[in-house]
Amino acid sequence: MAPLWMYLAVAAALFSIGVFGVLARRNAVAILMSVELMLNAVNINLVAFWRYSETGTDLLLNGYAFTAFVLIVAAAEAAVGLAIIITVYRNRRSVIPEEARALKG
Amino acid sequence: MELNAISIGFVVFAIFTLGGALGVVTTRNLFQGTIWLMVSLFGVAGYFVLLSAPFLAAVQILVYIGAIAILITFAVMLTRSIARIKERYIRTLPSFIVSLALFLILLLGVAIPIFGAHSPESIPDYVASTRDLGAALVDENGYVVPFLLASVLLTAAMIGAIFIARDENA
Repeated sequence: MAPLWMYLAVAAALFSIGVFGVLARRNAVAILMSVELMLNAVNINLVAFWRYSETGTDLLLNGYAFTAFVLIVAAAEAAVGLAIIITVYRNRRSVIPEEARALKG
Repeated sequence: MELNAISIGFVVFAIFTLGGALGVVTTRNLFQGTIWLMVSLFGVAGYFVLLSAPFLAAVQILVYIGAIAILITFAVMLTRSIARIKERYIRTLPSFIVSLALFLILLLGVAIPIFGAHSPESIPDYVASTRDLGAALVDENGYVVPFLLASVLLTAAMIGAIFIARDENA
């Protein structure tokens, strides 16, 4: 087994790449993909801490179950996010988030 | 860290995960970006296997690569004709600085302090299996409430996505 800090380092790098994508990309679909990368980095962290936590005799499943719930929420987020992107594209012919400002006061 | 199959797998999955992620944020062609996303998600699934969570690895492959990545591919194709975006990035330099600073903060603040601690010998031998997870998900002292809420959330998200994306003119 690799030590815990190596998993955390890989997850930190993955999360930072995702942050860069969210901040810098112009296409909304690319931003959504970067959000998925960040969610995956969090999942790596959760599973790694779960695996390396000393549970003793009790069977702790918090990290494992929480990762499964993150997967569920990610699926819901992707479905709704892509529906919004397609609707905005249909109405405005654009997938650039800065151009969708109809609700701006 | 001695050289064995697990450490080789760790490095290979790191290349998959981080290389795929870099491909996602740098590629100009978004269709290729979805392929890179699949590579990255596959690497994460490999980490789940290394961390003895095979059920999560299978779910990762099925849900992420099988469903979410395909969904994103469809979104890329449906919004394809607007490939007129000239520049890929805005705020490139500030974003790069922010993400690099975040990476260093995470590395210095989290990964380095536990350097050496939690050696591979100290991890528990017995690890919860998929059977244990399934029992805990329906256990009233376990996760039955979040489990049911998750199913409600999925139903709401599915109906909401259909409702939002529905074309009124069609």
